[in-house]
Amino acid sequence: MNKCKRCGEPPVIDVPRHRAAFCSDCFQHHCREQVRRTIESHRMIAPGERPLVAISGGKDSLAIWDILLDLGYDADGVYLGLGIGDYSETSRGFAERYAEQRGVTLRVLDIPTEHGFGIPGAAQATKRVPCSACGLSKRHLLNQAALDGGYDVLVTGHNLDDEAAVLFGNVLQWHTDYLARQRPVLPATDGFARRVKPLIRISERETAAYCVLKRIDYIVEECPMAAGNRHLRYKETLNELEERTPGAKAVFYLQFLDKMLPLLDGVAEEERQLVGTCSRCGAPSTADVCAFCKLVERAAPESV
Amino acid sequence: MHLHNPKRDVEIPGPVRVKDLVKRLGLNRESVLVIRGDSLVTGDATLDDGDDIEIRPVISGG
Repeated sequence: MNKCKRCGEPPVIDVPRHRAAFCSDCFQHHCREQVRRTIESHRMIAPGERPLVAISGGKDSLAIWDILLDLGYDADGVYLGLGIGDYSETSRGFAERYAEQRGVTLRVLDIPTEHGFGIPGAAQATKRVPCSACGLSKRHLLNQAALDGGYDVLVTGHNLDDEAAVLFGNVLQWHTDYLARQRPVLPATDGFARRVKPLIRISERETAAYCVLKRIDYIVEECPMAAGNRHLRYKETLNELEERTPGAKAVFYLQFLDKMLPLLDGVAEEERQLVGTCSRCGAPSTADVCAFCKLVERAAPESV
Repeated sequence: MHLHNPKRDVEIPGPVRVKDLVKRLGLNRESVLVIRGDSLVTGDATLDDGDDIEIRPVISGG
């Protein structure tokens, strides 16, 4: 692979699962095409709709924001401060600098300021891993930001590796309810904005390469709360397989979408029937009080 | 060879192919990008003794 697959020029990045290498321009074109096709084939964003992109300051969220803007979408970003000390400050800086350089709108929310706790404190209060409180808070508050801002769709930077690792974990424990929900598009329902994942055909090595080639600065350091978590172990395991069998991750995940998800439609529908409304905040919930309100109650009881 | 991220000097005599360097460092090629100066390089590229190399991790846990 000593030539760009598309134009024949010297390559800068190889993508073993496509048995291809690309020069800088053709690799960027390849990423945009993968996203464009994903959006079209899954009907993620209709022409004229306004997307809100969840921005962490990392490679994936900045890459998908950049690609959507290049594809002509009128996409705003939203950054959610998680209260993880210097890491949160630094990551917000990357998000703000990108928005400023590109001349686009970044909305900034902050959990400590608005809800009285940070993720490390929430983990201590709930005696659970930090990623649990973090994921729960992001799902709730980013959904609310999309609804409050009148956006048509919330976009997240979940990539092929993220989805394959989540799938691997769900299959290991046969969480059929989680499997039924692991979709590239979660449709809008009462209280939920549509949520889409346009990077599902791009690996995180490729999103990092995209940022390097487009000179997009992002936070390279890993979140200190995530070190050693289960998700990372699953990614390492899948990457060992991928190195021996290029394409294994894509086959595992994309074949799940094609062959397994349709069989789980009934499970997803049963779940939807159970969703009511949180008696405190009005968000969708299967319990009287939603998980986020319960988290606030435990992590910042004085604010309830 | 000077490596960044984390910063360290390693004694690996050049010329060496990128994919061989990654293997000798015990890394998975799916989990890193190799950057010479400020340019990405492919697995088949050859690195020389004086090159300034960043091995950038790309796996995130969120």
